[in-house]
Amino acid sequence: MKYADEFRDKAIAQGIARAIGAEVSSQRAYRFMEFCGGHTHAISRYGLEDLLPANVRMIHGPGCPVCVLPASRIDMAIRLVDRPEVTLCVYGDLMRAPGSQGQSLLRAKALGADIRMIYSTLDAIRLAEQAPSREVVFFAIGFETTTPPTAVMIRIAEKKRLKGLSVFCNHVLTPSAMHSILENPKIRDTGGVPIDGFIGPAHVSTIIGTQPYEPLAEQFGKPIVIAGFEPLDVMQAILMLVRQVNEDRYQVENQYSRAVTREGNRRAKDEVSQIFELREQFEWRGLGLVPNSGMKLKPAYAQFDAEARFAIHDLRVADNPACECCAILRGAKRPVECKLFGTVCTPETPIGSCMVSSEGACAAYWTYGRVRDEQLRRTS
Amino acid sequence: MSVKGYQRKLDLENGRVDLSHGSGGRAMAQLISGLFHQAFGNEWLARCNDQSAFDVAAGRMVMTTDGYVVSPLFFPGGNIGSLAVHGTINDVAMSGARPLYLSASFIIEEGFPFSDLKAIADSMGAAARSAGVYIIAGDTKVVERGKADGLFISTTGIGIVADGLDLSADKAMVGDRVLVSGSLGDHGVAVMSKRQNVAFQTEVVSDSAALHKLVAVMVAAGGSGIRVMRDPTRGGLAATLNEIAHQSELGFRLQEASIPVKPAVAATCELLGLDPIHVANEGKLVAIVAPDFADAVLAAMKAHPLGSDAADIGEAVADNRKFVQMATSFGGRRIVDWLWGEQLPRIC
Repeated sequence: MKYADEFRDKAIAQGIARAIGAEVSSQRAYRFMEFCGGHTHAISRYGLEDLLPANVRMIHGPGCPVCVLPASRIDMAIRLVDRPEVTLCVYGDLMRAPGSQGQSLLRAKALGADIRMIYSTLDAIRLAEQAPSREVVFFAIGFETTTPPTAVMIRIAEKKRLKGLSVFCNHVLTPSAMHSILENPKIRDTGGVPIDGFIGPAHVSTIIGTQPYEPLAEQFGKPIVIAGFEPLDVMQAILMLVRQVNEDRYQVENQYSRAVTREGNRRAKDEVSQIFELREQFEWRGLGLVPNSGMKLKPAYAQFDAEARFAIHDLRVADNPACECCAILRGAKRPVECKLFGTVCTPETPIGSCMVSSEGACAAYWTYGRVRDEQLRRTS
Repeated sequence: MSVKGYQRKLDLENGRVDLSHGSGGRAMAQLISGLFHQAFGNEWLARCNDQSAFDVAAGRMVMTTDGYVVSPLFFPGGNIGSLAVHGTINDVAMSGARPLYLSASFIIEEGFPFSDLKAIADSMGAAARSAGVYIIAGDTKVVERGKADGLFISTTGIGIVADGLDLSADKAMVGDRVLVSGSLGDHGVAVMSKRQNVAFQTEVVSDSAALHKLVAVMVAAGGSGIRVMRDPTRGGLAATLNEIAHQSELGFRLQEASIPVKPAVAATCELLGLDPIHVANEGKLVAIVAPDFADAVLAAMKAHPLGSDAADIGEAVADNRKFVQMATSFGGRRIVDWLWGEQLPRIC
């Protein structure tokens, strides 16, 4: 595969692994959080932790949009599809995300709700055109990467005067979540382990650039390396973080220079800023209410806002008290240290956020890495 | 039932199935005689009984049944009909048996075009003839529009397995080699390429094929050294090996670099966030073979057109957790788990 195999070269990876091994100090631990589920997936799928020295530990962050979507938003969507006139369009892996009572969109669909799995916002537009008498609602979810396509969808709907199309907006922001991880009182109270640096999400930065992370690096004294999702990208980012830690630097560096600039994609950012504005706060599964971390439609676009259009009220539902997602998301605990892991909480029956999508920390451990964790548990 | 007196001929080009074709009346007899018997034609069906009697040779009988609900019905490299024949032949063949006869039951949605039904039946007939297997019994039901997704087919297969051969998924032993007959994921990617909302251009065609002749040469080369054979259909290689691991109460250790996957399949899976070892196959098999016989069986597979890309991809290991593990081509290792739920593309 052109443009993929080049970044999966075993010999180069082993070369980087040797460099990491040579440069780490045996006197200290290096704890790096890969914020994004795409990195978690790459680390697990390629078994990258086997290539790292024992004192370099990867902490799986909250960067999976399905995982961090709170149960309340699933409940709200399920209430929405109770309306017979509504057709709800969702991206695939959202279908299994559990609501507060363990229900899901997959189950709602089986019970007769009109829910369509789509692959792009253009599919929602097509559906709205084909069924003008239906209320077609797009369940918008994702970080800064997937927000521009939602903005473009609204722009097209406006131009085509599609009166039956609206958006249930759940777009969230990466830097706010990173800030929350480092500062959130709930997190401090549960004793998060120190994080020595972050691998920042590549796709997000293709839109927003590297600049939005600079205040974070400065304020908290944490190096951040924006990295691609191929295994060599991740390995190189780890080496760059090790070097910053060794040199007591805390800068934002760009490993993914083949696609990311400091400024990002101005046109995409403009589209988003014209249609969306910040919510004062948005609930994250596992993290609670995070200030300025979510997007909503501007009042000028209220006709496309499903929450306004159908008067959907914000719900608050508590996470399962036994669920350790909040601690796991910050590396305070490993998935196997949660009582629910692999017992009542499995990929088939996810309870906590980390098990919801294949990119979640617990799901990645369950799917790819539980051998390694069992060994760690036996030796610890 | 004689159908000579029935005057309304099937309009195979433009006609459509209606409820009368499932009513048990003359219209149904016309459909069976004018379409299915034409496509499957053999001496047993020609007798028009509600059942077919047949002679069996010495050995043990093998029987299997399967339902086919693929969407879309036509895909690159085949359709639901050829798939139903190949799939059931393969389920019989994985016991080491020689498949002999099939039955086929059709549940057809009102309004289904005769031209499509004929194309499907013809390809079933052709697939069966090419395999040397006969479709000797069948059934036809028509359901109201909206109560089926066009067409469902159920097939039952019967075969004879030679004395002394007893393949079963609980017979794998530590040290056995894991062989696959060729590249993985071709069928699943070919079907996905034609699915509504996902449609994409690809040169990948389904690997749908009857594997019993490949099985015969493997059995000739390996005999009782072959412990288990399975065709990795839904759930792909990962599901098949997890099933065998649980039934045999051991683990597997695979080498990712040895697992054959076509570049186009790998690229498609990359794009959709899928793993080729979870994607369905319809013309591939997995064999668990005693180490002393593995080279001979692999050589026999490679000498057969359906096994030319066969590979030894790993071994059975002692593991009371029954994990399937893989050494990644990158130098790490990971678990190969069952797919959970349906394969759903990732958001980003």
